[in-house]
Amino acid sequence: MPEPRVEVRKTYKLFIAGAFPRSESGRSYVVNAADGTFLANVAWASRKDARDAVVAARAALAGWSAATAYNRGQVLYRVAELLEDRRGQFVDAVRESEGVTARTASAQVSAAIDRWVWYAGWTDKLAQVAGSTNPVAGPYFNFSVPEPTGVIAVVAPTDSTLLGLVSVVAPAVAAANTVVVLADEHRPLPAVTLAEVLATSDVPAGVINLLTGPIEELAPVLASHRDVDGIDLAGAAGDLAGPLEAAGATNIKRISRPALPGHDWSRDPGTSRLLRFVEIKTVWHPIGT
Amino acid sequence: MTTPTVPTPEHTAFEYAPAPESRAVLSLQPSYGLFIGGAFVDPLDGGTFKTVSPSSEEVLAEVTQAGPRDVDAAVASARAAFDGPWGRMPGRERSKYLFRIARLIQERSRELAVVETLDNGKPIRESRDVDVPLAAAHFFYYAGWADKLDHAGFGPSPRPLGVAGQVIPWNFPLLMAAWKLAPALATGNTCVLKPAETTPLSALVLADILQQAELPPGVVNILTGDGSTGASLVSHEGIDKVAFTGSTEVGRRIAESVAGTHKRLTLELGGKAANIVFADAPIDQAVEGIVNGIFFNQGHVCCAGSRLLVEESVAETVVEMLKRRLATLRLGDPMDKNTDIGAINSKEQLDRIIALVNAGVSEGADRWSPACTLPERGWWFPPTVFTDVSPSHRIAREEIFGPVLSVLTFRTPEEAVAKANNTTYGLSAGVWTEKGSRILAMADQLRAGVVWANTFNRFDPTSPFGGFKESGFGREGGRHGLGAYLDA
Repeated sequence: MPEPRVEVRKTYKLFIAGAFPRSESGRSYVVNAADGTFLANVAWASRKDARDAVVAARAALAGWSAATAYNRGQVLYRVAELLEDRRGQFVDAVRESEGVTARTASAQVSAAIDRWVWYAGWTDKLAQVAGSTNPVAGPYFNFSVPEPTGVIAVVAPTDSTLLGLVSVVAPAVAAANTVVVLADEHRPLPAVTLAEVLATSDVPAGVINLLTGPIEELAPVLASHRDVDGIDLAGAAGDLAGPLEAAGATNIKRISRPALPGHDWSRDPGTSRLLRFVEIKTVWHPIGT
Repeated sequence: MTTPTVPTPEHTAFEYAPAPESRAVLSLQPSYGLFIGGAFVDPLDGGTFKTVSPSSEEVLAEVTQAGPRDVDAAVASARAAFDGPWGRMPGRERSKYLFRIARLIQERSRELAVVETLDNGKPIRESRDVDVPLAAAHFFYYAGWADKLDHAGFGPSPRPLGVAGQVIPWNFPLLMAAWKLAPALATGNTCVLKPAETTPLSALVLADILQQAELPPGVVNILTGDGSTGASLVSHEGIDKVAFTGSTEVGRRIAESVAGTHKRLTLELGGKAANIVFADAPIDQAVEGIVNGIFFNQGHVCCAGSRLLVEESVAETVVEMLKRRLATLRLGDPMDKNTDIGAINSKEQLDRIIALVNAGVSEGADRWSPACTLPERGWWFPPTVFTDVSPSHRIAREEIFGPVLSVLTFRTPEEAVAKANNTTYGLSAGVWTEKGSRILAMADQLRAGVVWANTFNRFDPTSPFGGFKESGFGREGGRHGLGAYLDA
């Protein structure tokens, strides 16, 4: 009788600039399953890791926002293809992390993939829906277009490890922003696995960066960082949100306030998150012969 | 390419006989209460202050310093109107009130222009031709939206936010009141408006207009006062929305104060706009645009073109032509219809301008102003041009909010973009070139909320206005302007 096979475990690391570094601090923390069993030692990101992630997101912004909307749509759709391909893995990850049934986890993963597809299709429609030509009283062709806000910090929801995460990350990048995501502190594994999908898709390095670690330690670094243009506080619960919003005033950050407790992430998202981190630019072009 | 010829410099301004606008059309009261619940009332917290004409230091009227209990009363009045008649009123009825207000502003346009010029110090030509007509147009534009909100792209039956606290600056007092009130009312909100300390009068005339329009009591409340009144208003627990136009410094404090509350916020803050002139630009037109960009309203314009970026090959010509043009500007009595440059709005603002101009000189930039006699009374500053400016100079980085232009040069479009975007602000930018494709390429790369091509400082109620970066967020004007007051 052969010995039972010993499973090869995965190391869960940060995702910065398309690479998977450990925290430069050398720290990690224990993540358990919903039932309390050990799952992994996850990288405990430091302030320096957070700053590195912002540098990566800033560096990726010019290329990502200059790519054609059609190209961005295809890149994001490719992510959905890979998610579908690895859905079994995500169902397991969500089931373990959230302690839900396989059926519930499966429904969550399906909704997350469908949500990614929904936002992938928005890249080349956003300007048509959010832009306008404006009938000014004068010889000008006056038009308004949505442009990305820039580098967005995202505090991921803590009540939905994959669907919630996709629901806040995908609209920001579909609108041509680049992001630094703070994963759900206590249940980050589906997020890290998503990062592994991103790394093997066509999303350029630095467009989406993922940090794991204590939100109370990392979120203030991003909220007060002067090279972060906006912050989505979706997962900043209770007393944490106010100080983060106040810190964001340093450089007049665009703020998306926390999702209401009990928010149903499976609900039709509409366009509100897509429009949250865009800047409307209006151009007066002369008309004449 | 032809280089424009520069006429000899012994050019002088034409002589004109004085052509003062009459003040007869305006009947100011010696003192004003607060406009709460549809009537002028005495304050609960007491306190008055005088508003003076910056061009003569003449006291125009005494107005009330609203205190915290007055803010309570105004917010309660706005809440009652929101929960009452205004909140229940169908959009088509709200719409007609806004049309009435637009018409009343048109009917009383001369009176409004006179009061604005007296209280603010801006030339009557500007208040008559820009501020007042645009204010009327803004109400007229948003009036038509009130019953069409289902079609505005914010989902079916978008809801108003509730009570809006609105704090406005002194540079375009009536126009900023219109920018705040018109979209808020069209979307079904009620308002408490705080005009600037130094320019309360046109808002008080507007209150009279609201009475003539028979706008239901409490829908708009107007509180005069200083910064402390504004601070009590924006931090009041009874409001649902804060809209502020003013400095980035104050905007930052307001953003901190609404953090962690349910209040929505839009901010229209400072700027340090680049006005970029390429060698192929229509130079005569560009010089007019540069003048309009920075000397319009004495440079008291958040989107002013305060940094001139001119392509090196034409820099000398442009600066020479600019100086020649500035020599013809007429500075003086704002009530004179021929005046181009009026008074600086306050002593405080004049001191700020002087401090920054002195910093420009001490940091090594080259200062120039046309020969120009400043009136003895009032607060004045001559049109000023700095050359030899480096991007690190304070005059190239900080908002001066006065008639002071910093000239820098560039060699390539890439350098122009890099220099233009090298600022924490992002409100506006200008591009001057005959090449349409270049206009669009530059507009694409400039990080600014408004890009004017072959024009500058042009406004329209249909055209969204607002900043990128530390110039604020939210838009005023156009369909987008509705979003600032809807729960969407």
